[in-house]
Amino acid sequence: MLHVTYLIILLPLVGFTVQLLGGRRLGDPVAGWVATSFIAASFLVSIGVYLDLLMVQAPVRTYSQNLWTWIPVDRLQVHASLFVDPLSMTMVLFVTGVSMLIHLYSVGYMKGDRDFSKFFLYMNLFVASMLILVLGSNMVVTYLGWEGVGACSYWLVSFWFTRESAASAGKKAFVYNRIGDAGFLLAIFLTYDKVHSLEYSTVFANIDKIGSADVTAICLLLLVGVVGKSAQIPLFPWLADAMEGPTPVSALIHAATMVTAGVYLLCRVNPLLHASPDAALVVAIIGAATAFVAATIACAQNDIKKVLAYSTVSQLGYMFLAIGCGAYEAAIFLMVAHAFFKGLLFLGSGSVIHGLHDEQDLKRMGNLRAYMPITFITFAVGWLAIAAVPPLSGFWAKGDVLENTWAAHPALWAVGVVTAGLTAYYMSRLTGLAFFGKDRWSAEVAIDAGDDLPGAHHSEGAIPEPHESVWIMTVPLWILAFFAAVAGVMAISSSRFSLASWIDPVFGANLYNDHLSSASVWALATIDGVVAVVFVAIGLRLWMTRAQRPALEAAFLRGAWYINELYDAVFGRPSERLAAFCADVVDPKVIDGAVNGVASAVRGSGALVRRTQTGYVRNYVLGIVVGTVFVLGFMLTRLWWS
Amino acid sequence: MATSTPFPYLTVLVLVPAIGAVLVAVIPRHAVAAWFHEALGVAVTVVTLCVAAVVAFKFKAGYGGFQLVSDHMWAKDLGIHWSLGIDGISLFLVLLTAVLFPLTILGARARRDPRSFVGWLLLLEAACMGSFVSLDLVLFFLFFELTLVPAYFLIGGWGYARRGYAAIKFFVYTFAGSAFLLVGILAVAFIHQSQTGVLTFELPALMHTHFSGSEGVLLFLAFTAAFAVKAPIFPFHTWSPDAYAEAPTAGSVLMVAVMAKLGTYGIIRFDLNLFPQASRTLAPLLLTLAVIGIVYGALVACAQRDLKRLLAYSSLAQIGFIALGTFALNSQGLSGGVLQMVNHGLVIATLFILVGWIYERRATWQVSSLKGLQAPAPVLAGIFTVAMMASIGVPGLNGFVGEFLILIGTFVAHRWWAVVATGGVIVAAVYLLWGYQQVFHGEPTAEDAKTRDLSWNERLIVAPLIILIVLLGVFPKPLLDRITPSVNQLVVHVDQVTNTRIPAGLEPRPVAAATPRHAPSLAIATPRPPADPGSGTAAPTGRTP
Repeated sequence: MLHVTYLIILLPLVGFTVQLLGGRRLGDPVAGWVATSFIAASFLVSIGVYLDLLMVQAPVRTYSQNLWTWIPVDRLQVHASLFVDPLSMTMVLFVTGVSMLIHLYSVGYMKGDRDFSKFFLYMNLFVASMLILVLGSNMVVTYLGWEGVGACSYWLVSFWFTRESAASAGKKAFVYNRIGDAGFLLAIFLTYDKVHSLEYSTVFANIDKIGSADVTAICLLLLVGVVGKSAQIPLFPWLADAMEGPTPVSALIHAATMVTAGVYLLCRVNPLLHASPDAALVVAIIGAATAFVAATIACAQNDIKKVLAYSTVSQLGYMFLAIGCGAYEAAIFLMVAHAFFKGLLFLGSGSVIHGLHDEQDLKRMGNLRAYMPITFITFAVGWLAIAAVPPLSGFWAKGDVLENTWAAHPALWAVGVVTAGLTAYYMSRLTGLAFFGKDRWSAEVAIDAGDDLPGAHHSEGAIPEPHESVWIMTVPLWILAFFAAVAGVMAISSSRFSLASWIDPVFGANLYNDHLSSASVWALATIDGVVAVVFVAIGLRLWMTRAQRPALEAAFLRGAWYINELYDAVFGRPSERLAAFCADVVDPKVIDGAVNGVASAVRGSGALVRRTQTGYVRNYVLGIVVGTVFVLGFMLTRLWWS
Repeated sequence: MATSTPFPYLTVLVLVPAIGAVLVAVIPRHAVAAWFHEALGVAVTVVTLCVAAVVAFKFKAGYGGFQLVSDHMWAKDLGIHWSLGIDGISLFLVLLTAVLFPLTILGARARRDPRSFVGWLLLLEAACMGSFVSLDLVLFFLFFELTLVPAYFLIGGWGYARRGYAAIKFFVYTFAGSAFLLVGILAVAFIHQSQTGVLTFELPALMHTHFSGSEGVLLFLAFTAAFAVKAPIFPFHTWSPDAYAEAPTAGSVLMVAVMAKLGTYGIIRFDLNLFPQASRTLAPLLLTLAVIGIVYGALVACAQRDLKRLLAYSSLAQIGFIALGTFALNSQGLSGGVLQMVNHGLVIATLFILVGWIYERRATWQVSSLKGLQAPAPVLAGIFTVAMMASIGVPGLNGFVGEFLILIGTFVAHRWWAVVATGGVIVAAVYLLWGYQQVFHGEPTAEDAKTRDLSWNERLIVAPLIILIVLLGVFPKPLLDRITPSVNQLVVHVDQVTNTRIPAGLEPRPVAAATPRHAPSLAIATPRPPADPGSGTAAPTGRTP
């Protein structure tokens, strides 16, 4: 089925077109089912392509498909072409699979929304863009998907556009991404300048022609794009705001797929990164720093989705830490595991928010395990998985990352372990506040409102009794919980189906080999496990019983290190003033002033010479003609003299 | 001199709208039904569109020279020819013009006196078409100037509050620029005459004239003054926000989408062909102005509170991109520039038409008086979004392809200019998304909530534009296959005259040698050496008057 690879992208695109032309007529819930079935079909095709790819007998299994010539100008020939290898196939499988589940969930979650079909319109377009991103065989096709997911993210974050906060958050997400995209574009230009091609295979084959400084420059420019898309330092503030979007969007785009595009891109260009140890080190440091900073912020947030958002930023930091160490396989492993458990956690939080009639404040939840048993059980799996409690998937995936970090950069390993403890702590805080303790949702007023990040949602007065969600929402929870629990089997290295034996050939010699003895591996794993269990216990113990512990919720962390305020003061307001200055002073007074000055000077001198100063256009024209004749005469005499 | 095509398609292309304008003028208002003149206008522009489609069909891809050439002696003593021809650089501007006029007549109707309105529009179309296909400099100048008259009357007659000021400013400013152009044209012809003894204004002959360094620079500046005002290029733009904002919708659409392209087209066609050496010498200056325009236009757009002025400044930034690609002076940059002229035309026309419709409904362009329009008017909002994304340069839509080619071409030739311009891409997202958020997002007020969504007629009017925006984003190959050979020929011309050594691997591929069906007599594929200025005998310029 390799030759129908294009169908993987085409099916969601057809779904998009169906929604565009007839979504409103299909209505609620048919439009949702139609959209879901297109994604399901795409998933099935992906499985077929995967099985076919398994049949390819080669050291590195690859397949390329050239669809058409997109931008042909002279030596620059950009093709719309696809590239299938174990790396892109892994992405395709989990993107289509998780998308299918989240589409299904959305049919329940978005029920009764005014723009029900429009939601699925954007969702289908998003999936198509994401698949273009991962299947592109050159940098421009990747960029097409890259911007496409950004645009869909914009539409979906500001989906409830009548809310100013949602509209602003969508714009913010897009602009932050655009800053990154400028870096991506420059990386493309520099690559073309050096190798006259943008096909990954050609670029990688000609790395030695690029020169080491330029390789580093290309990697760092790509990194600018990546930190925008994957919400890393310094471009991470948009992700928390993006939680304004409907929760399935947060689960699909801002946890499982789009934000991992940066991880994928850096894995894709692993030969470049391998050729530039400096750039790789920068990636590792940014990853570790982001993991830590975001984890501290997550410890003090009260909006359930914001905790998860910062948690996502933090987990993505781990993935970049792995990439920076050269442990690409570990990054992909964590990405897939993260897609399961973070998708699960977001959908679980959506179920909670739905059950509580749109309440998102953790301080107004409590004891939900009694009312929402399915949500609780599945959420608990996600919680323990992300906390890296053995033997759930997070333990294996994070362990893989930390193991490699220990061998490559021990100092960054220490940051990673501290962050792992914080992760276990804040997730237990969240779970303790939401599912344990007393019912706080029945209280008359919000206990702790008004002191949160902008855009947090509080409802006034008592909330009606929570209810469990409908089956269409809980089925995806069960499925994701299953995978979040058992995805660790991918780590069993002797298995034929292990991730390593499947994906490692893509990276070949670029993959970092940590050469750790089995004793060290056991020691490291023990440390991970103990840290996870201890911090889960601490977090739960502290937050099960009490909802107010101001000492543990420093304003600095609540305010997300005041990064937003800092950017506003340093970039936002000065550029606003500059724009206003250009618009109010430079343009009308300086530039136009010069023009009008010339005009009045002409008029003035005209008045001196002639008294027929009427201001009519024909007089100006006359002046122009006189001037023309004068200049013309000058030119002609000059000619004759020469 | 015989014409080289059996049927003078290009002459017809110019004459159809001109005759239409005359018909509209001579048929009195009271003799026919009220709708007659508008219907006639639509019919004439549709016929023009059909002629343009035939031209496109007859046009042979992969060939760089002029095609479908008509050449008749017009004023023998003065050496002026009625000389028309089309190549990959002008073909799609002609098509753009042909597509936009009927849509504008339908989509942006006059509030009063439709007869004169349609008459001026048809005259404007004839003038624009003539400008794009003229190969004779005097002929070009006449058409180029002729566009001013209808534009002046459209602004002055059907414009908004400050229309008088805007119209005069527009006219005087553009006319002042044109004066330099006229002087330049005459000087070029006389210098050519002094070298060859032949007085001619035909571009293919004149482009091999040899200019001394300072002559070239001065003449280049004279030509560029006219074109930079028309485009407009920073800092010659201050007439444009007033003119675009005060003009009626049809005027704004056509001035931004078509007439502005006369400026950038003029630079490519005449500056680069006539003064290759000066173009290369002064490229850093023009690149700098282009980049300033990109960043400055975007910044000023950020501070606008009026949708039309916002679009006017966004246009300044977009024109900056076109100029940037032009002065990259390589295949990618120039092809991108030519393509971006078409792309920008389609996108900005869509946006101005939509903004016009918003005005029809709400009688305002102030973003502060509009809110939440997406709720009552989702189709309007959706179409606006697509055009906005195209303008921002999101790939998959047409704006990206041109911008990408421009930036990649500039990066290869002049890296740091491209880096700054790429930064301008970020700001483009800021002001457009800000404007969109102010107008379409938020909770609509009671008045906003009553805003009517697009009618089916209106949807059908913008549908072709949206389809083209998407199609050219996904499959621009048919255009590029026709643009690139002509651009390559121009790049080769510039490089040969300036003796620039092109880095290995970047030299343009040779232009296909195949002769098209109608062998154009004015083919400029084989450059001739500059004539010896002292000889006085006619150099082999291909024709004798």
